[in-house]
Amino acid sequence: MLKSVLITGVGGQGTLLASKIMSEAAGRRGLFVRTSETIGMAQRGGSVTSHLRIDAKNVSPVIPSEHADILIGFELAEAARQIPKLAENASCVVNTDTLVPTNVALKQGKYLADEYLAALKKAAPHGLFINATPLAIEAGDARTLNIVLLGAAAGAGMLPFSVEELKDAIKACVKPKLLDMNMKAFELGLAAAQ
Amino acid sequence: MSTRVCMGNEAIALGAIRAGVRVVAGYPGTPSTEIIETFVHEKAPGVNVQWSTNEKVALEVAAGAAYSGARALVTMKQMGLNVATDPLMCLSYIGVKGGLVLAVADDPGPWSSQTEQDTRDFAKHANLPVLDPSSAEEAYEMTQEAFELSEEFALPVILRPTTRVCHASATVELGEATPQPPVAGFEKRPEWCIFPALSYKKHGELEVKQHKIAEKFETSKFNRIDRGGNKGVAASGIAYLYAKEVIDEYQLEVTLFKVGTPYPMPENLSKEFLSRVKSVLVLEELDPVVEEALLAVSNGQTPVYGKHTGNLPWNGEYSYELVRKALFDYLDAKVPEVPGVELPEMPKRPPVLCAGCPHRASFYAAKVATRHYPKAVYCGDIGCYTLGNAAPLNMTDTCLCMGAGITVAQGIALAEPGTKCLAFIGDSTFFHTGIPGVINAVYQNIDITVVVLDNHTTAMTGHQPHPGTGKNAMGEPAKALDIETMLKACGIEEIYTVNPFDFDASVEAFKKAVEHKGPSAVITKAPCIAQMKRPATVHRVNESCIGCLKCIKEVGCPAMTPENGKVVINESLCTDCSLCANVCPVGAIKRGERHA
Repeated sequence: MLKSVLITGVGGQGTLLASKIMSEAAGRRGLFVRTSETIGMAQRGGSVTSHLRIDAKNVSPVIPSEHADILIGFELAEAARQIPKLAENASCVVNTDTLVPTNVALKQGKYLADEYLAALKKAAPHGLFINATPLAIEAGDARTLNIVLLGAAAGAGMLPFSVEELKDAIKACVKPKLLDMNMKAFELGLAAAQ
Repeated sequence: MSTRVCMGNEAIALGAIRAGVRVVAGYPGTPSTEIIETFVHEKAPGVNVQWSTNEKVALEVAAGAAYSGARALVTMKQMGLNVATDPLMCLSYIGVKGGLVLAVADDPGPWSSQTEQDTRDFAKHANLPVLDPSSAEEAYEMTQEAFELSEEFALPVILRPTTRVCHASATVELGEATPQPPVAGFEKRPEWCIFPALSYKKHGELEVKQHKIAEKFETSKFNRIDRGGNKGVAASGIAYLYAKEVIDEYQLEVTLFKVGTPYPMPENLSKEFLSRVKSVLVLEELDPVVEEALLAVSNGQTPVYGKHTGNLPWNGEYSYELVRKALFDYLDAKVPEVPGVELPEMPKRPPVLCAGCPHRASFYAAKVATRHYPKAVYCGDIGCYTLGNAAPLNMTDTCLCMGAGITVAQGIALAEPGTKCLAFIGDSTFFHTGIPGVINAVYQNIDITVVVLDNHTTAMTGHQPHPGTGKNAMGEPAKALDIETMLKACGIEEIYTVNPFDFDASVEAFKKAVEHKGPSAVITKAPCIAQMKRPATVHRVNESCIGCLKCIKEVGCPAMTPENGKVVINESLCTDCSLCANVCPVGAIKRGERHA
């Protein structure tokens, strides 16, 4: 059955790798996958999204409005920005930590963290909201945030894959010398959700 | 047969390998870059892969290989085809022997481009067949077919994926490996030299070929009519998948014509489609190529709706939502209601120079050095450093196309004597199309300062090597060209090479170069921060911060945010570059150990 997973964050946070790991997991199970990535200018600190559509062929690689079954948000405002994409009864895992854009610091626009969290909780009442940044630092590097959140999504039972399937996919996608750190990040995410 | 989840660009490379490609050349450009990167990862035996200095060079190299009977692939983004237009237009007359495929990626939106030009129109202009994949799996098949077509008609063939094909993945069934076709070698014939008399003859032949190719496309597996109601829909590229999703989800009764060969359009197939329907809605991004072809075939008999009728927009990327609305309007059906979601006010998040980017330091030094002049103009170019346009740096006054900063600066200096004109160009862009402009500045003796921002890579497209890096595409050692030596050879006499993080020396170098009468240059050399290992130290704001926010207002580093009246540096982003410490008026920013 078609599952649409939307991953969002700020360029540089590693949405691409998270998407690749889930594609790998789906591929290993023999499911047809379509994904669409933000590659290019926006990767330099702009808003980025990765779309995954698992187990359906005659759909576009981009998740339409109200069609996302699962949202994985790496940054609070970026997660809130994607609320219009959420299907009814969508589930979500959102990092509550914030990255305030420089233009806000220069007084161009506002960053309303409390309102973003409230809007997300309203749109996805059963969502999981965690501050994942300290967990990534605990794993050994703030840049393992993507794997912590993947672990949290798996721990919350949102993803159409088992924990073991995801671990195998991580092994296939992560550089061997970074594997232990990423496995620790995955376990920390998993534990945070349970 | 095996399957792999492939990005469209990866599928194109794998298709070319299966087709027995021997020479692959291109210049990085979003969204085309990962085609050559796939070759770099795959290391397929017998394939010569290069990042060329620019797209014109790449196409000419590939043409030579194809003259010799080898299969060759050239990759570029749509803007790159502008650079390669000169050889392409002539090549359609001269033709090829081995298959020559140009993978030219278009960027509707645009996401990372200066224009929304449509390469399908370009193909028509050059009298060359074009294949328009709607997905990664189709791109894999089309690439292989493109080589066959190219050899059958002895013409280059264009494969035109768009961003949502290039950067979209799908599960692709990969065929068994096949041996590379043998290379006959270069055969001396007068037909390889273009002369007016030959051009006249070849032009005539080329026009005849257009009909033969269109005939061939009548039975192409990439064109398909799915029979349904008497309302017709024609779709090309990614718009086909948007249409397919909407049609399936709402079970719309339409006859769907999927067009994979937009030029030359197969006339009989188009007639057959038009004969089955009472009207047509055409869904295609960018230019109305299929729409105009169907209008010509219909000749007023069947109404054709699309861009010319205002049913669909001319600019921007299409989406499921846009296609759904166009389809429902066309079918006189009520567009499904979308309950509006009230979102709180969201901050804009445009792309920015990374924390610790050496370009920020270069721009800031140039800004400080030129502050006292009545007017200084900062001409920019294409690369990460185009992001120097953003506040608070505001250091990109112009940006046109690859290499144009150096030349536009000359025009401004001629029109407005006395204005200080600085032209910023990255190292890869310098090799691509910067050099002729430098020579012109020297030859015409125009008072500009060329600033080469040398971060030792092609950063924006994901760190490809270039002639200055000492590595070739495959990562093997290559001769590294020295930019300072080249500037000297071009005739510039006043050249300063500095490390942009040595703030005082950089400001001094800019002052001297700008003060110099006649062409001068500053080379700011520091490696791209995204390729550096993070140091064990960071900069941290201490208690003495007075909250003046000068650091943020002057350099705008994304690692810095105001918090409770003071500034906080996000340690996971800080690279310890120290630029902010040079700005702080009270010395509140100090080096410390990294904790994150």
